[in-house]
Amino acid sequence: MKLVTAVIKPFKLDEVRSALETFGVHGMTVSEASGYGRQKGHTEVYRGAEYTVDLVPKLRLEVLVDDPDTGDVVDVITKSAQTGKIGDGKVWVTPVDAVVRVRTGETGAEAL
Amino acid sequence: MPEISAGDTAWVLASSALVLLMTPGLAFFYGGMVRSKNVLNMLMMSFICLAIVPVLWVLYGYSLSFDTDAASGLIGGLGRAGLESIGLDSVSGTIPEFAFVAFQLMFAIITVALISGAIADRARFGAWALFVVLWVSIVYFPVAHWVFSFDDGDGGWIGDRLGALDFAGGTAVHINAGAAALALVLVIGKRTGWRKEQMRPHNLPFVVLGAGLLWFGWFGFNSGSAVAANGLAAGAFINTAVATAAAVLAWLAVEVVRDKHATTLGGASGAVAGLVAITPACAAVSPLGAIAVGLFAGAACALAIGLKYRLGYDDSLDVVGVHLVGGIVGTLLIGFFATAAFTGGSEGLFYGGGLEQLGKQAIAAGAVMGYSFVVTYILGTIVHRLIGFRATPDDEATGLDQIEHAETAYELGTATGAPSARLRATQADTEPVPAEEGVNA
Repeated sequence: MKLVTAVIKPFKLDEVRSALETFGVHGMTVSEASGYGRQKGHTEVYRGAEYTVDLVPKLRLEVLVDDPDTGDVVDVITKSAQTGKIGDGKVWVTPVDAVVRVRTGETGAEAL
Repeated sequence: MPEISAGDTAWVLASSALVLLMTPGLAFFYGGMVRSKNVLNMLMMSFICLAIVPVLWVLYGYSLSFDTDAASGLIGGLGRAGLESIGLDSVSGTIPEFAFVAFQLMFAIITVALISGAIADRARFGAWALFVVLWVSIVYFPVAHWVFSFDDGDGGWIGDRLGALDFAGGTAVHINAGAAALALVLVIGKRTGWRKEQMRPHNLPFVVLGAGLLWFGWFGFNSGSAVAANGLAAGAFINTAVATAAAVLAWLAVEVVRDKHATTLGGASGAVAGLVAITPACAAVSPLGAIAVGLFAGAACALAIGLKYRLGYDDSLDVVGVHLVGGIVGTLLIGFFATAAFTGGSEGLFYGGGLEQLGKQAIAAGAVMGYSFVVTYILGTIVHRLIGFRATPDDEATGLDQIEHAETAYELGTATGAPSARLRATQADTEPVPAEEGVNA
């Protein structure tokens, strides 16, 4: 099993979510995040004083997938989250040792 | 016996309530500008003024400000202490004296509350409360007498004897609070991390809400100062509206040229700057003059708020840049724009009145500024030595809401807020429980 983590632009969530739904992914965890990459931050001005805001609001999306689906899920997320402009985010994959569904105690692929 | 006018009385009572609303408005104006960990403390610094000042006003404040002069126009006597000598049939002008007492009370409340913005994020709450008591007693009450107490030439030295024009408090309220703010900032020092850490306003909608409430209430402040429902009240009303509008435009124009953007905070600040400047002048200038006052004030204040970075004092929410500078602009511009059509006599330089009025305005502004600065510096130092005005750097880092008030304003995220917070004790728990019947027995 793999954990696919994506950091995306917040307004892209709906598109990504429905694309994953269509693909057959039926669960995910979304959390608010902030960060920066090549995009860097932006400047704000309050009464003439400039502030650099380094960290830009993002969403972090986490999806557990069975090994064979990994590449497709990454593709689906990448395509649906893309605007082509700087700051679109990143997707990465990490191996997962074990998964348990809390309600039933099911493990492995059955718990997805 | 003078006749009571029902119309005048109704307007002054309504105006009193309008001016009262300015203090909660100010609380939101200031509260939105601080960081989220200090917003409750900022609100409470204003709110405690609404609690302290009325009590002092009844006990001795009104008397020191408005009783028969006791010392060459410097202070009133104690003949009205406790308001014991005032009855329901006592008359002040054309209104019941109690209406005048109520109206002037609201000015005392907001004046001291204005100072709080300068020392945001770092003042101990108890020390601030003690300072409020001392400051209104020793600074505001006498200065209000100087400026607002009229008794056919035997009243306060600035308004009644010198003949300086200050209709609603450019000197007594704004220069007074602004100079006090500067003194207090110098006593208690900069916020820890000033100019290094991010100290952005946490809620600009609050700031705009507060500015709107201030603008609304200010009609009572200025127009109500006619102490009558008459033409002068109406003239002051339209001047208040248009000067504020012009100041917003001027402030935003400065920002567009300097920073490339017209900001929300700039719009709200410009409104307050215009309101401050037209306060002394609203019954001395024509509506066109009011536009000029507003434009000057908006531009001057927008530029003046940068001074603190040059001079290195941390006037956190720009009380000096807006209230001291705006108050001076408005008070001095009377010397240029005063028109007999409004004043009924005195004329400014641009209306052929020469330099006489300008001289009087400068003396009034300088005297209030000097007195307020010096006495506030002394009072602030006394409070600081006595009980400590300044929060520790650790407490500043934690935030004054938690340290001073044991509360937090917002539930930010699900992990830190109420759902997982456990109730440790309620009032009911403090009832002694007999050991054998106790829940743990």
